[in-house]
Amino acid sequence: MIGLGAVYAVAGAMFMVLAGLSLRTRRWGHAGFYALLALSFFAGDRIGDAGNGALVLGLVAIAGFGLLKRPPRPVADLPEPRGNAIFLAALVIPATTLIGTLAFRWLPSLVDLKQATLVSLTLGVLVALAVGYAWLRPRPTTPFVEGLRLMDAIGSAFVLPQMLASLGAVFALAGVGTVIGGLAGAAIPHGSLFGAVIAYALGMALFTILMGNAFAAFPVMMAAIGLPLLIRVHHGDPAIIAAVGMLAGFCGTLLTPMAANFNLVPAALLDLKDRHGVIRQQVATALPLLGVNIALLYGFGFA
Amino acid sequence: MLVLAGITVIVAGFLLRFNPLLVVVVSAAVTGLAAGLSPLAILAAFGKAFNASRYVSVAYLVVPVIGLLECYGLQTRARGLVEAMRGATVGRLLLAYLLLRQITAAMGLISIAGPAQTVRPLLAPMATAAAERQGAPEGDEGIRALAAATDNVGLFFGEDIFIALGSILLMKGILAGYGIELMPFQLSVWAIPSAVAAFLIHGARLLWLDRRLAGRRTNRT
Repeated sequence: MIGLGAVYAVAGAMFMVLAGLSLRTRRWGHAGFYALLALSFFAGDRIGDAGNGALVLGLVAIAGFGLLKRPPRPVADLPEPRGNAIFLAALVIPATTLIGTLAFRWLPSLVDLKQATLVSLTLGVLVALAVGYAWLRPRPTTPFVEGLRLMDAIGSAFVLPQMLASLGAVFALAGVGTVIGGLAGAAIPHGSLFGAVIAYALGMALFTILMGNAFAAFPVMMAAIGLPLLIRVHHGDPAIIAAVGMLAGFCGTLLTPMAANFNLVPAALLDLKDRHGVIRQQVATALPLLGVNIALLYGFGFA
Repeated sequence: MLVLAGITVIVAGFLLRFNPLLVVVVSAAVTGLAAGLSPLAILAAFGKAFNASRYVSVAYLVVPVIGLLECYGLQTRARGLVEAMRGATVGRLLLAYLLLRQITAAMGLISIAGPAQTVRPLLAPMATAAAERQGAPEGDEGIRALAAATDNVGLFFGEDIFIALGSILLMKGILAGYGIELMPFQLSVWAIPSAVAAFLIHGARLLWLDRRLAGRRTNRT
């Protein structure tokens, strides 16, 4: 059955090639960083929890000592620009992902359905690469040299989402959620429904801003305010309180540099001088939307 | 109370602009030690979660393809396409993208678009070209940032309508832990009002950008 294993093997192979190309240009820090990622994708399930932890420390050491600081090289000269057919090639990946996600449902024995989208995405990349080689006839290394240029531009920020997910696991183990819950509970005026709704929604947004991920905030705020106050004391509808509360957290995601993959990585990808430029453009949407979510909670959650 | 020290580390580390990866690891270490965990237990917990969340980084597989196509003029063609389109204002272009992104995300198609897949190669150059034709200053960073912002808003306020998504399953799982059984559908239907509000609020900002650019142009002439 094709599932995450195959996807990770392809990812491991790509990072291996990137490591090799970095070695060729004597960028040792980059080579080490990509080689560790290749190891993680190839052998992450076999090196044990502590082994994975050591691998992370290796990544952090390389990034922390500034070994990824060397600027990426500028865009290569265009060999010979192509016409609008280039769009068709660009659409191969989304189209394959879309068709694959829908079509694999009829092949449950071939593809792990829970991973159908990631498998289709990987397939789309391979198809697009094949089309690119056949049509454009670049040198074999060109896609990876150009891919390396994009990856170097993003820098170490692209493993940050994975790192934050791991931090969330340590927080859970240490019981951070329970402590925050106690604090928030003490801050709400006794018996005030509106105060509890505000504390719940703002707490979701604020904790998401700190953690960079609404998934980390949800269990904390649900245990702290959602369940004991909104659902048990005020008899709120659990579906509305959960669903709209999560979306209040998403408003926080729009506001925080901790959500690196959504806010910092695009800024790097788009060569913005202001690394918080994307967040700045999101503030005027996120704040009114947070207000709407509070109103939805208060207006519909306690019918 | 002591376990909150890790959160202080995060906030201080980011404000002082230390390397983000370093800040995260130090925060994990401080939190774990404050809770009385052994260093090895912290390392193992961190490593285990890192390994379990590798799927987050799979989206970067598209990078060689995008790099190759850029090298053969993808961004230039995207700009050319919009320049040839009459009446395609930056606001309407981004509004159409917002709607498309929300609808596809609501169908569970999250990875078909994104900063690397669509924003950098297509949306940002198209939006910049349109805005410049409407009189925006050349190379305005804000337009590119707005393109990325529009992608985020469309994704966040579309994906929760899809019933098989991670966040829906997370909510269902946590509530089930408290003895409250819900169907994913009950949760996802309550993502729709916020999705509509997101479309109206962000959409209004996009159309207002068109008016602002038009106003600036009339002032100048």
